[in-house]
Amino acid sequence: MSSATSSILRRASDSLSARVRWHPLEIIFWIVAFAMIWLMPTRHLIMTEIAWLGLFALSLDLIVGYAGIISLGHAAFFGVGAYVAALLAKHELINEPVLALLVAGLAAMAVGFVTSFLVLRGTDLTRLMVSLGVALMLRELANQFGWLTGGADGLQGVVMQPILGLFRFDMFGHNGFVYCLVVLFVLFLVARRLANSPFGLSLVAIKNNPLRAAAIGIPVDQRLIVIYSIAAFYAGIAGALLAQTTSFASLDVFSFDRSADLLLVLIIGGTGYLYGGLIGAILFKLMQDYLSVLTPQYWPFWIGALLVAMVLIGRDRITAWNAPLRHLAAKLDWRATRRAAAAAAAAEDR
Amino acid sequence: MLTILFDGVAYGMLLFVLACGLSVTLGLMNLINLAHGAFAMAGGYATVVLVNNFGVPFFLSLPLAFLVAAVIGLVMERAVYVHVYRKPHLEQVLLTIGLVFMAVAGTDYIMGSTQVFAQTPEVLQGQFQFFGVGIGRYRLLIIVVCGVLAIGLQAILTKTRFGSRLRAAVDDQRVARGLGINVNAIFALTFAFGSGLAGLGGALGTEILGLDPTFPLKYMIYFLIVVTVGGTSSITGPFLASLLLGIGDVAGKYYVPKLGAFVIYTIMIVVLIWRPNGLFSRASTK
Repeated sequence: MSSATSSILRRASDSLSARVRWHPLEIIFWIVAFAMIWLMPTRHLIMTEIAWLGLFALSLDLIVGYAGIISLGHAAFFGVGAYVAALLAKHELINEPVLALLVAGLAAMAVGFVTSFLVLRGTDLTRLMVSLGVALMLRELANQFGWLTGGADGLQGVVMQPILGLFRFDMFGHNGFVYCLVVLFVLFLVARRLANSPFGLSLVAIKNNPLRAAAIGIPVDQRLIVIYSIAAFYAGIAGALLAQTTSFASLDVFSFDRSADLLLVLIIGGTGYLYGGLIGAILFKLMQDYLSVLTPQYWPFWIGALLVAMVLIGRDRITAWNAPLRHLAAKLDWRATRRAAAAAAAAEDR
Repeated sequence: MLTILFDGVAYGMLLFVLACGLSVTLGLMNLINLAHGAFAMAGGYATVVLVNNFGVPFFLSLPLAFLVAAVIGLVMERAVYVHVYRKPHLEQVLLTIGLVFMAVAGTDYIMGSTQVFAQTPEVLQGQFQFFGVGIGRYRLLIIVVCGVLAIGLQAILTKTRFGSRLRAAVDDQRVARGLGINVNAIFALTFAFGSGLAGLGGALGTEILGLDPTFPLKYMIYFLIVVTVGGTSSITGPFLASLLLGIGDVAGKYYVPKLGAFVIYTIMIVVLIWRPNGLFSRASTK
C-alpha cells in the first residue's frame, strides 16, 4: 500500500472516530443535567417536561436530521405510547412502570413499522400528508373508542405503581424527574451509538442523495423503515413518560400542534447532531413558560413569529453566528488538540 | 339520498375553490404552502365584517372578500414566500406553519375566538323541493358560483395566452424561462389569484364550514388531500378530487356518523398507496 493511500485511510478513520469521541462539552452537559436533581429541586416538574420533550425531539431528529424525512405526524407515536402506558397502568395489566414503558415503546414501534410503508412512498408532500393523516386517524380512533380511552374527556383514574417497586411518583415530581432523566440518558446513549455506527452514516448518505446511496449498495428503503420504526419507539417512550408522570392521557397527545411544536423544538436546537432536540426542548419550555405568563392566550403567535424569522434569516446564517462558539468548543477538546500537535510533530520528523 | 349527493357536491365545489389556488402554486413553484387556509380565513372574516358591521350587501361582499385575500396574498408572496422557493421543503413547512400560528393567534386577538356568521339575505335561506329532492338555496348558490368559476378557470387555463404561459411554466420552469416567459410575474399573479379564490371560498363557506380563528388548522388537511389526491398538473384533477372528498365526507358523516372523519382519511391513504403521485396526475416529467 502506498503511503498516500494509507494517509488518506488514516485521515478517514480519524475523522470517523472523531465523531464518536466524547467531547468535554457533552460530558459537562450531562453532569449539569444530573446535577439538576440537587441544584433545583423546586423546578422538577418543568424539568420533567423538558426531559420527555427532549426525548421526543431526539426521536424526530433521528428521522429529520439523519434520514431527511419530513414528518408532520410524529405525535402519532407519542400518542400511542402515552395511551398504552396509561391503559396498562389503569387496568393493572403491567404494574411496573419500567416494563410498561418498554411495552408502550414497542407498541409505538409496531405502529411506526406498519405506517412506515405508507410514509416512505412518494415525495415530500405525500410523506407530509400521510404522516399527518396517520396522526389524525389515530386521534379519531382514540376519540371514537371512548369506552376504552375515555374519548374527549381523556383517560382518568390512572394510578401509577412505584418505579421498580421502590420509588413512588411523588407530588413534587422528584422521582419522576430522575426517572425521566435516566431514561433519556440511556436512550440518548443508544441513539448516539446508532448515529455514529455505519448504519447511522448510511442514513446521512441517504439524506444527502438517495440515488447515489442506492448506487453504492445501501438498501435505502430498508434503512428508512428501520430508522422510522426506531424513531417511533423513542417517541412512544416519550409519550409513555408523559402519561406516567402525569397519570393522564388525553386526545391532545395526538394533536397537530404537538407535531408542529416539535418541529420548532428541533429547529431551535438544530438538526443532525442529537443534542439539538435536547437544547431545543430546554429553550422551548423556558420560552413557553415565559411567554405564557406574559400573554396567556396568544403565545402561539410569538412561536409562529419565531419560526418565520428563523426561516427568513436562514438557518445557515444562524449556524454561522455560532461559529465563534463552535471554535471555542473545538479548542476545549484538549485531547484532539494534543493529538493534532503530535501528528504535526510526526509529519515534521519525516 | 339525492339530497346527500347534492350537499356533497356543494361541499366539494367549495373545497375546490378553496384549494385550487394551492394546487397551482404547488405545481408551479413546488412550494408547500400550509398557510393557504389563512387566506381563506381572511376572506371569510372580510365578508363577516363587511356584512355585519358595515351593512354591505352579501352579494357585493363576495368580490370584496376575493380582493382582500388577493391583496394580502400578493403582499405576502412578494414579502415572504419569495425567499423560500429555492429552499428545501422543510424550510417551507416551517415558514408556513409559523404563518398559520401567527394567523390563528392574531385573528383570535383581533376578532375573538368565537365562531362567527355573516347574515345572509333571505333569498338564500331555507330550501325548496325539486322533483322530490330537497335543495338548499345557499348550497345551490355555491354550486352555481363555484361551477362558473371552475369553467372560467378551465377556459383561462386552456384558451388564453396567460393560461398557456402558466401551463408551460408548470410543465418545465427552466425551458419556460428560456423562452422569455416571466415566470416570477406569472407566479406572483397566480399566487394572488389563488389566494383571492381561497378568500372567496372562505367567504362562501362561513355558512357551511363555520368560521373561527382555528379555520386554517382545521381545514388544512382537507386542502392538502385535494391537492395530493388530485395532483398538481391540471385543474380537473383537483376538481374531481374535491367532489370525491366532498361527497365522501358528507355521505360518511350521514351514513356512518360513528366513524366521523375516518372515512376521508381512509380514502386518502388508500388513494396514496395506490397512486402515490395523485389520482389524476400524468407521469412526472421532472
